[in-house]
Amino acid sequence: MTTAWDWAFAAEILPRLIHATGYTLLAAGGGYLIALILGLALTFLQRSRSRVLTIVVREVMEFVRSTPLVLQIFFIFYVGPQFGLRLSPWTAGMIAIGLHYGAYLSEVFRGGIESVPKGQWEAATALNLSTVKTYVRIILPQALPSALAGMGNYLVGILKDTPMLAVIGVTELLHAANTIGAESYRYLEPYTIVGLIFLLLSLPAAALIRSAETWVRKKLGLNA
Amino acid sequence: MSYLDFLTTYGPRLASGTAVTVGQFVLASLLAVILAGTSGLMLLSASRGIRGTALTYVEIFRGTSLLVQLYWIFFALPIFGLTLEKFTAGVLAVGLNGGAYGAMLVKGAVMAVPKGQWEAAIAINMTPTRRMLRIILPQAVVIMLPGWGNLLIEILKGTALVALISVTDLMFEVRQINNASFKSAEAFGTALLIYYVLARFIVTPGMRGIERAMARRMGRA
Repeated sequence: MTTAWDWAFAAEILPRLIHATGYTLLAAGGGYLIALILGLALTFLQRSRSRVLTIVVREVMEFVRSTPLVLQIFFIFYVGPQFGLRLSPWTAGMIAIGLHYGAYLSEVFRGGIESVPKGQWEAATALNLSTVKTYVRIILPQALPSALAGMGNYLVGILKDTPMLAVIGVTELLHAANTIGAESYRYLEPYTIVGLIFLLLSLPAAALIRSAETWVRKKLGLNA
Repeated sequence: MSYLDFLTTYGPRLASGTAVTVGQFVLASLLAVILAGTSGLMLLSASRGIRGTALTYVEIFRGTSLLVQLYWIFFALPIFGLTLEKFTAGVLAVGLNGGAYGAMLVKGAVMAVPKGQWEAAIAINMTPTRRMLRIILPQAVVIMLPGWGNLLIEILKGTALVALISVTDLMFEVRQINNASFKSAEAFGTALLIYYVLARFIVTPGMRGIERAMARRMGRA
């Protein structure tokens, strides 16, 4: 094994890693979409009138949040076939990320909804708005600004957790770096470049989330 | 094979795996606390150089994936002549990662101590070290403890990744058991339950206990 950094080798593997970055972004985007939908569904379930349902949902969420994502990925990927349900690595991975982060996001949504003043609910009732209309037109738009920061943080969190999908064979960034390492016995360049790509993605993302927050606040006529 | 048979057959391996996971968790948490304390205070330094050093550490470890950091430490560091034993590499990666998140907790908590406390300490002519140790930090610790409760759970979950560099922790053992027995639901399900019990019935209540004890010491309960 040669020592130190090899620029020529780094330049040679860069296109492959950039190509794999596309899959990483796709995995993060897909996982986030599922997490948003599941998170919102969990929030409504938690707000239901049935006390039993509320407690069960809360405990399930606690369970999902306090166990490792990588173990959940394995569980979903391997347990399916035992019962005749074969999932592709992509499907299993997306479900695992969606479920894990859905549990986190539903806490964010709950906090956002609870931050809407009670008077808004009363006004909606006074105007005889239906429950759906109250949520869609009155409550959710006002819950959004306070939820945005948390939503953004978990988007970056998902991005940084996508390398775990490599363990079941999803061909994202880390998977590509592992393959390169196995072919060439050089690990320094691929892993360092992967680290840099993650930095380049996650640092601007944090800034972007902040400006999105300001934009939404302005759009809704709230002061930033 | 019933679930009871599964447990009697693989119980010892699950237990030894859990012991390794607990060891990884305790050592990584200690490292994270030390790193978070040091770099959190460095982030508040008046010197740009000190602030910059700490900020670089925090941004690198918060801005990249734990798994990438783990692989980098285990596979890429040896190129610089620093070969770590896998258990050490695991503790180092998880601890460095947790420490970066913890640094922000420490910084935020110190900044959240009311300004009057700083002024009062200056007014009674305390030295800066004494002011920090006797007045600011004890109050900051009370403020940051709930955040640490969450972070410790993240650290516990993070230790599951060390199985991927072949540290024989709980995650590693259940993967082996799964490969040998094809009992995926039992193997991974049991591991999920063990992690859940560790987090929900040991780490979280433990941290709540510390929170209450600290609040009492500060005369706030």
